[in-house]
Amino acid sequence: MQQLLLSLFLSLGLILTGASPNSSVAQAQEPLRIIIDEAIIEPLPVAVPAFQAESPEAGKMAVDLARVVAADLTGTGLFREIPSSAYISTISDFNASVQFADWKAINAQALVTGAVNVQGNTLNVKFRLYDVFSGAELGSGLQFSGTVDGWRRMAHKVSDAVYARITGEGPYFDSRVVYVSETGPKDDRKKRLAIMDYDGANVQYLTDSGAIVLAPRFSPTGDRVLYTGYESGFPRIYVLDIGSVQRRVLESAEGTMSFAPRFSPSGQTVVYSLSQGGNTDIYSMDINSGQSVRLTNTPAIETAPSYSPDGSRIVFESDRSGTQQLYVMPATGGEAQRISFGEGRYGTPVWSPRGDLVAFTKQNKGRFHIGVMRLDGSQERLLTASFLDEGPTWAPNGRVIMFARETQGEAGSSTLYSVDISGRNLRPVSTPSGGSDPSWSPLQK
Amino acid sequence: MKRFLTYSLLIAALGLTACTNPDRFGSDSLDAGTNTGTTGGIIPGSANDPASTAYFQQAVGDRVLFEVDQSTLTNQGRTTLDGQASWLLTNTDYQAVIEGHADEQGTRQYNLALGARRANAAQEYLISKGVPASRLKVVSYGKERPIEICSNEACYAKNRRAVTVLAGGLTS
Repeated sequence: MQQLLLSLFLSLGLILTGASPNSSVAQAQEPLRIIIDEAIIEPLPVAVPAFQAESPEAGKMAVDLARVVAADLTGTGLFREIPSSAYISTISDFNASVQFADWKAINAQALVTGAVNVQGNTLNVKFRLYDVFSGAELGSGLQFSGTVDGWRRMAHKVSDAVYARITGEGPYFDSRVVYVSETGPKDDRKKRLAIMDYDGANVQYLTDSGAIVLAPRFSPTGDRVLYTGYESGFPRIYVLDIGSVQRRVLESAEGTMSFAPRFSPSGQTVVYSLSQGGNTDIYSMDINSGQSVRLTNTPAIETAPSYSPDGSRIVFESDRSGTQQLYVMPATGGEAQRISFGEGRYGTPVWSPRGDLVAFTKQNKGRFHIGVMRLDGSQERLLTASFLDEGPTWAPNGRVIMFARETQGEAGSSTLYSVDISGRNLRPVSTPSGGSDPSWSPLQK
Repeated sequence: MKRFLTYSLLIAALGLTACTNPDRFGSDSLDAGTNTGTTGGIIPGSANDPASTAYFQQAVGDRVLFEVDQSTLTNQGRTTLDGQASWLLTNTDYQAVIEGHADEQGTRQYNLALGARRANAAQEYLISKGVPASRLKVVSYGKERPIEICSNEACYAKNRRAVTVLAGGLTS
């Protein structure tokens, strides 16, 4: 449900970084606010006119930045953009007072204005967010600086501030996704690691397609990626530095296979699965010393481990009961508690960055679902259903999930999708070719 | 790819069915090389040469199939593996990598673990029949390397497999 709260609460100071060119404490009567809950909401109408170019080189960028901000906001399903053709007045000066009546007349409830300055390779972007109906600024104006090449990041930072102020949720647009890029038919599929902005822009490839690569996972600082690769002919865990694209194998014990790696929140430890003699258990390894510790010891399949945000516990899947189910154990191993009890099979659990939920893949009656549940297994909610949905990953704010959907049959292919944790706003993520195994980065610094 | 093309030509020349094509995805460095030259009526390396990989694949049978989500060998699977064990004990120049595979109906990591179980089941059986463990390796491909691409049981049944891929041999 979307509502404009009639309280006097004003969400100030949510983001305090950057300069405040004209810091004003708005005297808002009816602050703009979207409360995200599980019900259907009516998107909030927002106007994002082209930003003001404050230097001759900034003209095109002033238009492009506003387009990316609008795409970020409408992409959440929480906002609807008022087309510029409906505008009664335009913004011609970032610092001039806004004609609120003109924006109110076209039912724009939020108005985002901005100004762009380009000096050499340096880009400065300022923005303000207005609550049109109360005729006041929501929060203070902010300024971001970056490089011209990184202009999309500046747009995402503006969007993050707008989104956070209006929803009260954490930001997530200034983030990246590492995934497996797929081409070719099902029986000759080529896989490469690729990295992109959260919205599918700026795709770069990190490996070639010479060997199978699977399930990349970001480090907590977003500068390294763990993945499973078949370069040696056997599945092995690699760690890859995104900047240099240098990689090294982490676990290569003869006669074993290792896969499903994931970093601990500290980045010092890697938890993963190791198969030996047909049996798959969970191990953890100190990434610097290479010392490993066995965390589970059963004849069952134990895999897909994921740490709690505080690093104290691990959620994983096991078929020790006879079918795949979800369990939680201490990060040092020991007794595990089963948390999934619904119908069907549960796999690929991922702990939410907020700590409150686990996302999973569920198989039931020949269908696959992405779902979430609380850590005690209660309040299970299925967000999607299809022939094959799998591998959820959390946006940095814990509100949105990305996953892969594979279509059925001879021509089947895999596409990345995102969905809100309320199950709303299911949409494909645009990538140059097929995609699977997405992993969302932390918010960029 | 070179190996695949060679086999395809041999199979075509012998009028054998195409469904016996070997997996194309073995680790090439471990695979037997191609053979050239002839000896009497037997073309070395072809399916009528009992010491060839082609013979192993087609006459002995290089794969065993599994039930849904199972890694227990079927009776037919045991019979095939009996033949493989006997062949490997005769042709001691060869080593083998047993590839475990799953159908697409499962999550990626689980299927990797399931493929490992299947490859291991075949390996243990061969060892129990006297094949030295030192000649056998296992690898799981999970659901990454289907040979049949339809999304129904007819294809899934062929994809749930453990394939014994030979390495070494005459030209090694």
